[in-house]
Amino acid sequence: MEKLLHSVYLDEEKCLGCTTCLRNCPTGAIRVRGGKATIIESKCIDCGECIRICPHKAKLAKTDPLSKINDYKYKVAIPAPTIIGQFKTKHSIDRILSAIKSLGFDEVVEVAYGAEVVGRALKYEFHAKHYPKPLISSACPAVVKLIQVRFPELTKNICRLTSPMALTARLVRKRLREQTNIKNSDVGIFFITPCAAKATMVNNPSSTEDDMYANIDGAIAIKDVYNDISSFLNDGTKANSYYNSTPGAFSWALSGGESDYLKNKNVLHVDGIQNVINVLDEIECGKLDTIEFFEGLACIGGCVGGCLTVENNYVAKMYIQERAKNAKQTSILHMSEEYVKEVYNSGMMHIKERIVPRPAEPLDQDINKAIAKMQEIEVLESHLPGLDCGSCGAPGCRALAEDIVTGKAREIDCVFVLKDRVLELSKLSNELLQLGHPTGKTSE
Amino acid sequence: MSYELVFDVKRGDFDKAGEASRKIKHTLQQLGVSNRIIRKISIAGYEGEMNLAIHSLGGKIILAVGENKLTLTIEDVGPGIPDIKLAMTEGFSTAGDEVRSMGFGAGMGLTNMVKNADAFEITSEINEGTKIVMNFIIQ
Repeated sequence: MEKLLHSVYLDEEKCLGCTTCLRNCPTGAIRVRGGKATIIESKCIDCGECIRICPHKAKLAKTDPLSKINDYKYKVAIPAPTIIGQFKTKHSIDRILSAIKSLGFDEVVEVAYGAEVVGRALKYEFHAKHYPKPLISSACPAVVKLIQVRFPELTKNICRLTSPMALTARLVRKRLREQTNIKNSDVGIFFITPCAAKATMVNNPSSTEDDMYANIDGAIAIKDVYNDISSFLNDGTKANSYYNSTPGAFSWALSGGESDYLKNKNVLHVDGIQNVINVLDEIECGKLDTIEFFEGLACIGGCVGGCLTVENNYVAKMYIQERAKNAKQTSILHMSEEYVKEVYNSGMMHIKERIVPRPAEPLDQDINKAIAKMQEIEVLESHLPGLDCGSCGAPGCRALAEDIVTGKAREIDCVFVLKDRVLELSKLSNELLQLGHPTGKTSE
Repeated sequence: MSYELVFDVKRGDFDKAGEASRKIKHTLQQLGVSNRIIRKISIAGYEGEMNLAIHSLGGKIILAVGENKLTLTIEDVGPGIPDIKLAMTEGFSTAGDEVRSMGFGAGMGLTNMVKNADAFEITSEINEGTKIVMNFIIQ
């Protein structure tokens, strides 16, 4: 049986409780209990590291099957810019988009289109007065969650522009409403996703968005439709022209793609969740005070490194760069600055809800009790071996000590402590054996 | 109830730069101190840590948590500061080119500490060392 854990399914039959995910989780959100991995929901940021790293493929992201599109009369695919990095450049972007349409969609609109609007609107948002510097990109949902959980004071810095995915969906619904007779409830918009975090965003929008025109109806993993797209690519049918983005827009799939839209600003783009954590640490303590814009992406290389992609992230990057180079000579989208301003001023590209800090629970609400627990943790930690081996089911000795003090684990969960206890016990039983039977009788 | 954390910082130890401030931050989060105060103490603590690595021969950072206030003490063995008033001027720095090339030595260290702490006290003896005591009110 599969069990839903946050954004991630655990296939319990495949999970051996091997602790690989435990030791690689960047936020220490995993514990192995009863021989199976479990996720502490308040700590999980949906980065997908565990999905990527599990040697037994026991962790799966909750995405939708392609068949779900049949629930809707009018089916729209909105593929992430990453999609065009999944195939060799001999297949044109139009051909790839046509192949996606052949999966059963009525329409294909690149998320790169929304990315172009968001990218160009970034300069307006940058000058909005209410942000402390650096302005932090909201593009990667895993990084936004990371900031909420681990860098709560930086939530104020997060850019309030919506993601290219959400904007693309809104623009599609707006157009269909204004130009066709299709009922909004008959429209099914499906994001073709490179990562788990975006899939979670689609399935459990953190927003309490009452705006039904912003809805995305499902997220389909790139890897789940890769084979089908490949076979359509090679079947020789003519490609229609759907391609409607710019090299700048589809380069959002790469680390730095968004930052490139801010000309003449001090930007810093960082990819890989651990690298992002390190740099945010520096930002939080005030060291990087000259940075004006920070783009952090959880996956190595950016979205091309997403855990639901197929092609190697470096190869995908090369394909995208090749396409960008070639596109410069041919088609560039003509999107007027007035249009970008109009969308920006309409409010449809702003995140409506607050991005609230979600710091970890303190050890106790009462500081005196918290201090007492902290001291208890330190004493316990000093009795543990300090190997951070993970055998106890916690990611390290410190984490085990914390779990013990908060009542979630026991000292003998540590195999070394257990061994010592067994040794003591065997010494004691040896002693008792030497003493003979207390009543003077033998067991014979 | 009170609680203390002590960190040793060695001269020139840029590898570990920021480690003490990171641990202080994590500890204070677990103790339930507000994010706003944690941010202030992170900035002040980081500046202190850098000062020890750059200017001193080594020293200690001590965080003391009391019921109503946090005290951060930064104490070193080193050359001392001849003119404290001048050292407290924004932009003044005696850091060498090498340190500046690493992005430090902008002369904001002490100023940033004063800005973020609720109380700031500095004493220095030439050829002996410097001691800074900062208080942060909780709540």
